[in-house]
Amino acid sequence: MALLEIENLQTHFRTPDGVNRAVDGVSFNVEAGETLAVVGESGCGKSVTAMSILRLIPEPPGRIAGAIRFQGRNLLELSDREMRDIRGNEISMIFQEPMTSLNPVLTVGRQIGETLRLHQGLNRQQAEARAVEMLQLVGIPEPQRRVREYPHQLSGGMRQRVMIAIALACNPKLLIADEPTTALDVTIQAQILDLMRDLKRRVGAAIVLITHDLGVVAEVAERVVVMYAGRKVEEAQVGPLFRTPRHPYTQGLLGSVPKLGSSLTGTETRLAEIPGLVPSLKQKIPGCVFASRCPHATDLCREVAPALEEKAPGHVAACHYAAREGAMAA
Amino acid sequence: MLAYVVRRILATIPVMAVVALFVFSLLYIAPGDPAAVIAGDQATPEDVERIRASLGLDRPFLVRFGEWVIRILQGDLGVSIFTNLPVTTMIAQRIEPTLSLMVLTLILAVVVAIPMGVLAAWKQGTWIDRGVMAFAVLGFSVPVFVVGYLLAYVFALELEWLPVQGYTSFSAGFWPWLENLILPAVALGSVYIALIARITRATMLEVLSQDYIRTARAKGASQGSILFLHALKNAAVPIVTVIGIGIALLIGGAVVTESVFAIPGLGRLTVDAILRRDYPVIQGVVLLFSFIYVLVNLAIDLVYTLFDPRIRY
Repeated sequence: MALLEIENLQTHFRTPDGVNRAVDGVSFNVEAGETLAVVGESGCGKSVTAMSILRLIPEPPGRIAGAIRFQGRNLLELSDREMRDIRGNEISMIFQEPMTSLNPVLTVGRQIGETLRLHQGLNRQQAEARAVEMLQLVGIPEPQRRVREYPHQLSGGMRQRVMIAIALACNPKLLIADEPTTALDVTIQAQILDLMRDLKRRVGAAIVLITHDLGVVAEVAERVVVMYAGRKVEEAQVGPLFRTPRHPYTQGLLGSVPKLGSSLTGTETRLAEIPGLVPSLKQKIPGCVFASRCPHATDLCREVAPALEEKAPGHVAACHYAAREGAMAA
Repeated sequence: MLAYVVRRILATIPVMAVVALFVFSLLYIAPGDPAAVIAGDQATPEDVERIRASLGLDRPFLVRFGEWVIRILQGDLGVSIFTNLPVTTMIAQRIEPTLSLMVLTLILAVVVAIPMGVLAAWKQGTWIDRGVMAFAVLGFSVPVFVVGYLLAYVFALELEWLPVQGYTSFSAGFWPWLENLILPAVALGSVYIALIARITRATMLEVLSQDYIRTARAKGASQGSILFLHALKNAAVPIVTVIGIGIALLIGGAVVTESVFAIPGLGRLTVDAILRRDYPVIQGVVLLFSFIYVLVNLAIDLVYTLFDPRIRY
């Protein structure tokens, strides 16, 4: 049994002009201790998938269907009370915006201590002592002093360290990181990724890393799920995915990554781009969701939605034309 | 912090000076001659002139203003034209009922309005929210005296739960004191509750959509903790500001409420003084009210630092 099994997840939002199918039938598993990256463009449903796992989607207007089994229990069937016991304790989450994700009027110590008091029944002093240890663990200097400070007294990188401290305080089995480094400077990004990797090893938590940054994926992930327009279009181990991407969308994503120094070595090429935009999620798309932007699309693609099939061992993709083994047939 | 407090207190001096000038000249310009009122219908013009001279009303405006200010600074608000008692004495006699009414109303309003606003924001768009908003509109639009008479009719005359009117000093015991003040406080508080509930709802709605509220949910915090710790503390500054500004509403409303419920407070004293053109009393009371208002709002500026660590003086 996998740690987390997501089966046919559908998160829809009722809006005045129709139902927005932000996530439409996504399935994937996360094994204990593994790092899974979920990648895709803005608006492809990555963050909504992450928020759905912890049921942080406001309902209504949102509605989550399918099954999210964590250690065998379907989270969608739990009461609010049972769900609160899981949040921040067995599954915790860090967010994209460290500048706004911490409460500006509570001390850092109080915010770290809150999870400990909620889930481990520590009293105020114990929680604060533990908060100091957590700050030390995430590499914040002078934790004794910092623990009494407020978020506005910390830099962006430090705030994200505090978020990580909050998330890891109760030794969760699963950490969901939604674009944890996007809002940070490049040098700080590397530090935060190193920190996450290091702590993951110590705590033994599995990580679901939501990102659009393929550099980050290559750096930390073991397995990758590629999402497009609310669906999963490809899933593979990170090596095979980067070496032989099967889905044209994944190929487009990889082609649009700038290569450092390509202009110096004389191999300068124009950056590939994927033309067009993610289609509106408010209409049902009969065929392949990527057909409108795919360079290889045919009438078959526009009419019949391709099923996810195993193109190589452990490597699935949803494309009529992606070859089962080897390069594109089209 | 201390430097800031001193600076703010010094800054109240020009404010109070303007208030004083305004209060003084308003009554100077106002129609009606107190000398004529005191002299009565039978008086000759010479009598009126004599009384005017004895009151000092015949001397130039600025001279009288200067003298008046100097006396006030010495703690002397003058002597009532009508009762011949010092104004400070008259205020001292009447201040307890008014302060009791205002403090009780303030507590009632805050205790009722903040949970109401929080609830409305949490249940945005439901019938609870609509109910609170409807109450707020009603609270704003129905005048204090209408609410007052209605409450007195229902709870005092018909149900006989509470006294119709009057005031019992706090020294006579807590319950007799409270009994007489419940209806006036509810009547006076209705506008204030509406005001605070509305601002609480609006501010909470904004705060509840912030990222740190999502963080709190992701930590497993309960709904109560999210609303009253994570959100309300962030919403506190605008709410407290409105509570401070609303003190002006209370002062204005107290005058009407004291008349409706026959409470012998400063409001009644003001009304009586206006009817008798008792200049020194009117001036004294208005100055006192302005001073209280300025002080309360200074206190509120200082209270901000308790709620928001980003505010430093």
